[in-house]
Amino acid sequence: MKTMTKTSSLWINTGFRIAAIVLALAFTSIVLLLSNARPFEAFANIINGSIGSSKGIANTLVAWVPLLLVTSGLLMTYATGMWNIGIEGQITLGAIFTTLALRLMQGTSVPPTLAIILSILAGILGGALWAGIVALLKIYGGVNEIFGGLGMNFVSTALTIWLIFGPWKRPGTGSMSGTEPFDTSLWLPQLEGLRISLWSVGIGIVGLLVVYFILQGTYFGLKLKAVGKNGRAAFLLGVPTTRYIMAAFLICGAFAGIAGAIQVTGVYHRLIPSISSGYGYLGMMVAMLVNFQALWAGVVALFFAALNIGSIQLPIVMKIDSTLSGVLQGALVLFFLLMEGARRTFLSKKRGK
Amino acid sequence: MNEIILIGLAGIIAVAAPIIFATIGETITERAGVINLSLNGTILLTAMAGFVVSVKTDSLLLGFLAGAAIGAFVALIIAFTSITLKQSQVAVGFVLTLLCRDLAYFLGNPFMGLPGPRIPSLPISGLKDIPLIGTLFFKQDILVYLSFILIAAAYWWIFKTRPGLMLQGIGERPAAAFVRGANVNRMRYIYTMIGGALVGIAGPMYSLSAKAGWKGTITGLDGIGWIALAITIFGGWNPIRAAFGAYLFALLQWLGIVLQPSFQNIPSQVLQVAPFPLMILALLLVNIGNTEWVDRTLAGLPESARRFIAQVLRALRTTPPASLGTPFENE
Repeated sequence: MKTMTKTSSLWINTGFRIAAIVLALAFTSIVLLLSNARPFEAFANIINGSIGSSKGIANTLVAWVPLLLVTSGLLMTYATGMWNIGIEGQITLGAIFTTLALRLMQGTSVPPTLAIILSILAGILGGALWAGIVALLKIYGGVNEIFGGLGMNFVSTALTIWLIFGPWKRPGTGSMSGTEPFDTSLWLPQLEGLRISLWSVGIGIVGLLVVYFILQGTYFGLKLKAVGKNGRAAFLLGVPTTRYIMAAFLICGAFAGIAGAIQVTGVYHRLIPSISSGYGYLGMMVAMLVNFQALWAGVVALFFAALNIGSIQLPIVMKIDSTLSGVLQGALVLFFLLMEGARRTFLSKKRGK
Repeated sequence: MNEIILIGLAGIIAVAAPIIFATIGETITERAGVINLSLNGTILLTAMAGFVVSVKTDSLLLGFLAGAAIGAFVALIIAFTSITLKQSQVAVGFVLTLLCRDLAYFLGNPFMGLPGPRIPSLPISGLKDIPLIGTLFFKQDILVYLSFILIAAAYWWIFKTRPGLMLQGIGERPAAAFVRGANVNRMRYIYTMIGGALVGIAGPMYSLSAKAGWKGTITGLDGIGWIALAITIFGGWNPIRAAFGAYLFALLQWLGIVLQPSFQNIPSQVLQVAPFPLMILALLLVNIGNTEWVDRTLAGLPESARRFIAQVLRALRTTPPASLGTPFENE
């Protein structure tokens, strides 16, 4: 009897999830029709642009790694019930610190491999620093982490632009295309002819595994979740709540910092104005969509990365804006939340009968 | 010279008007106990939609109505998912922030840079010639006048009427309000949608007036919604204090533009983000009095200093409606 109800509720869960996907696709189709574009043509182009060629797949992986890293980090802050919206700025600061480290070591006798490793460590420091400020503002200033983080995001963008047009400008005049590219010896080794570095893919996967292990298998992870579930109760039971919140922010910032470091050493090979590429906010959506469960984060992040890459060519092929991927991603998360609520209401009504 | 400063100040009053609409809309919503976090997206989407509707129909009124309707609809989604479906308001609001922003950029793409209508200036005869005050307050457009009325009306409604008292009740102690006969959840729906409609008017106020037109990602509106949300906190959920926050913000923005020539080696993008550290500072000032360590530190200070600092902090401090963000279930 018990197993029967279990399977039936599994079917109900799956049904609501599928309904969410169908509704999101329907919504996006309506949006496309509103701008006189054929939905199926658009979806076909997205699939083709992302997984239709080895180049597309490589680019999807390039987007996947930072997205995976920030999502992993965010699972830590979400576990404590914190909205680390400042993740964008933490990626950016990671990128800035990495650029600074590489600039200092470029052309010196430091071996390139060591320089890359040190620059990633610098990125970790930068991301954690920016996250630490948000946590300090929250804990000791009472400033909600959403506003603290958001403010720091805008500050980090300004800092990037100031560096690109000021102290770090290219010989001659600074431009929106970023700083002078680094010597190829300071790039993360890439696959022949493709933009992807297997090193970065490895770092991304290890990152997710580490977070999964911390949250599922350690006492530390358990306490983090206790803080998120009921901070007051955890505090009364002797968990130093603020210290755990600070730790979650620092770890998340460190992950964002690695993502920023890889954007510099593995992808752009320089600092550009929008170095975070919106992966921070996208990672927040991925984390919501997987209901903060680490197990699915890798798959959903890959799917979102594919949507981003697949829609890049839309303006050229179909004369529609590439923000379509954002519309579809947003619709997916929104309808997922709606259906999740509907499912719970449905189940509690059924149980009430 | 005085004339220039006067026109600058009149400009500040005009620039603050859309922020006042958004902030008071959010104040009303949060007074009812609901957080509408989507402001940044809603303002972008309604700015785009209001502009497109006005261009297509050649009617400013329809543009504003479209903005208000979309703002109310976005708020309805938040009300439905949080009140009826018991999902996190912050989660839904955050997703809508991003979704509305991307919808604005996607759907607005074909209309970028098109010429469109603008709200005409509407000087009030008789009042416009009063020295100083005339230029400041009575040579504006109709929405600026409406923003003055909105401040007073919202204040009066919340603090001076019976339904307003009930509104405070459903945000502070919904169970008590329920016992007194309030249909808490229905009122939360209604106030969330009214607040959303006011936020939705702020969008077209930019695209049809102050920053006329739709220019996609470079429209320069990204961030305004977050500022409005912060001003709601800074304003202590009080329309008059919120309006003061909006004017203060507009003043600082204006100073940034005026002082720019004196800081020529700083790129303009850097000065554009100056409001955000100030936003953090403002939130720090109104919240730090609520923290435990400040209490502890103050206790160790000599009596006179302690009393002075405590008074300053109390004057600055704001506290949110007690049930903000929590669902209500009438058992």
